Amino acid sequence: MSNNILRVQDVTMQFGGVIAVDNLSLEVNDGEIVSLIGPNGAGKTTAFNVITGVYAPSNGAVHFKDKMITSNFPKGAMKKLYAGQSNGNYTTTMKKTPDQITKLGMARTFQNIRLFKELTAFDNVLIAKHMRSKANFLSATVGLNYKEERAMREETMQLLDILGLREVKDEIAHSLPYGQQRHLEIARALATKPELLLLDEPAAGMNPQETDELTAFIYDIRKKFNLTIFIIEHHMDLVMDISDRIYVLDFGKLIASGTPGEIQNNQRVIDAYLGVPEDGEE
Amino acid sequence: MKTSKKLTFSLVLTILLLALLFFLDANKAQYGMAYTVLQKGIILAVVAVSMNLVTGFTGLFSLGQAGFMAIGAYITAIFLIPADSIKDVYYISGVSPAILNFKNFLESGPAWTQALIPYVALIIGGLAGALFAALIGIPVLRLKSDYLAIATLGFSEIMRAVISSPQLDTITNGSYGLKKIPGFSSLFQTFMIAAVCIAFMILLIRSTFGRSFKAIREDEIAAEAMGINLFKHKQLSFIIGSFFSAVSGGMLAMFMRSIDSKTFSISLTYDILLIVVIGGIGSATGSIISALLVTASKEWWLRFFDTPLYIGDFQVPLFRTGFRMVIFSIVLLAVVLFYQRGIMGKNEFSWDRIGKRITKLRASMKHTSKEGGSKNV
Repeated sequence: MSNNILRVQDVTMQFGGVIAVDNLSLEVNDGEIVSLIGPNGAGKTTAFNVITGVYAPSNGAVHFKDKMITSNFPKGAMKKLYAGQSNGNYTTTMKKTPDQITKLGMARTFQNIRLFKELTAFDNVLIAKHMRSKANFLSATVGLNYKEERAMREETMQLLDILGLREVKDEIAHSLPYGQQRHLEIARALATKPELLLLDEPAAGMNPQETDELTAFIYDIRKKFNLTIFIIEHHMDLVMDISDRIYVLDFGKLIASGTPGEIQNNQRVIDAYLGVPEDGEE
Repeated sequence: MKTSKKLTFSLVLTILLLALLFFLDANKAQYGMAYTVLQKGIILAVVAVSMNLVTGFTGLFSLGQAGFMAIGAYITAIFLIPADSIKDVYYISGVSPAILNFKNFLESGPAWTQALIPYVALIIGGLAGALFAALIGIPVLRLKSDYLAIATLGFSEIMRAVISSPQLDTITNGSYGLKKIPGFSSLFQTFMIAAVCIAFMILLIRSTFGRSFKAIREDEIAAEAMGINLFKHKQLSFIIGSFFSAVSGGMLAMFMRSIDSKTFSISLTYDILLIVVIGGIGSATGSIISALLVTASKEWWLRFFDTPLYIGDFQVPLFRTGFRMVIFSIVLLAVVLFYQRGIMGKNEFSWDRIGKRITKLRASMKHTSKEGGSKNV
């Protein structure tokens, strides 16, 4: 019980008549690399958005480090409004905002890269340090926090060094090549000092060689930063290589979970996902 | 460029500016126009930078500047109108006894407090503006882009209507406005106050908070995912921006000597928006340069369009009162159509940039002269 860092409990996310995520429950244990896979539109990113607090779920709860960060279990008349099933006893709705959740130690990257486009790579990472800053706006303005500021800048430099972005630190973010933008996004997420890192399709748009490098890179940062990693991914090679456990989502429903070996031999998964010829993976 | 060299340049520039200010202060009568233009320009620069802080750096399209300026202006004016002349100002409906008592209390203080009153007045005016910003920010800052602009615009108009309402006749003197406001003692004083305000905002923009503002401007969702509390930071930017808008409103009251509610109509906000756009949305120094340029061209350089022009006996048509504004609008149109980044874009003034420009210019000049010499190659 206590060794899971993230626990998603009966989460349903409904937009009008569309149920994007249907009664999803999953757990991520300390130090693991867990993947969430599924065909396009299966609700993977929606699940991420519920976990990181972008959406409040229509039903369900999310626990992070044994602390409830989001919960919504409608009762009575409200219950008729959503299609999921509630087996909880909670009556209050609570949702931490994304910034509060990030402060607790969960960081994420985005499927379609969301860097601060017009700012330099250095500033992109430095901004992520802001939330740990203790200065108020007056002391920051007149420069009383210079020690903290210097420490922030040094840490940012170290991080850029580790991720191999030192040379491009003064480049404007949107002028960087695609691969470096992905790295920069991870650097920015790491700058918040997370314990759990959520990667939303980190290998999207990468060729097989780059994907291999990414595998090594993810192992590397897990070791260096002592991370638990939760990945959404389409590249089967990467997922099968890297994951300790895999959850498979189809049309918002969890259809299978287990080790890579188990998933590869699961008939439901093959039917729903791996067997679809358009995907071209296999 | 070396730091020491940059420092020298900055020092020289500051000394030149100070010398200019003292020269103008000493020869106010001869250079009346330059004096007025510089004074008004730097006051508008304060509010332009404050609007840029909110709109250009935080990405909140707010059009409420005139409302906050009105708050600052009226509070400063009430503080500063001398007790002797206050009855003449409120000659229609009389002055509220509270204000009268307050004025007597202010003037009963020792002499050294009198010198501080303008500063205290400006700061209290600013704080009142900030307070209003905090209150309306709670509902309004949940809105996005154009909706926020409309809401703040509404606030500004409500403020103007409240000020001119007959119920407040004994406080704001209704639609008659306030007169006999003592002005600045010197151009130097105006520039000092403006410099402190602008320096504060530029330092804020360069601090860790300013970086967060920019992050919110670039991408709200990513900023929030990086642990930046959106509402808190938007509110902070809005409040500080409004504080300095109100301060500059107070300065405008001191500059104009007499104010009424029509001074703070929507067209004032548009004037400031224009300065911000011409200077570059997202550049504080751009706003300062453009505030001075726009004020100078509006009040001074383009004046000749307003007087009839004769070439020999022929009177050139169109040259009459108001034509200046037509020319000005055309210039603005041209800027928005062909030069959207404004004077500075999102860059700030720096010696490095100027150095680069000069070396580039030199290189291109050398290049062209070389090419001219060896055409047959």
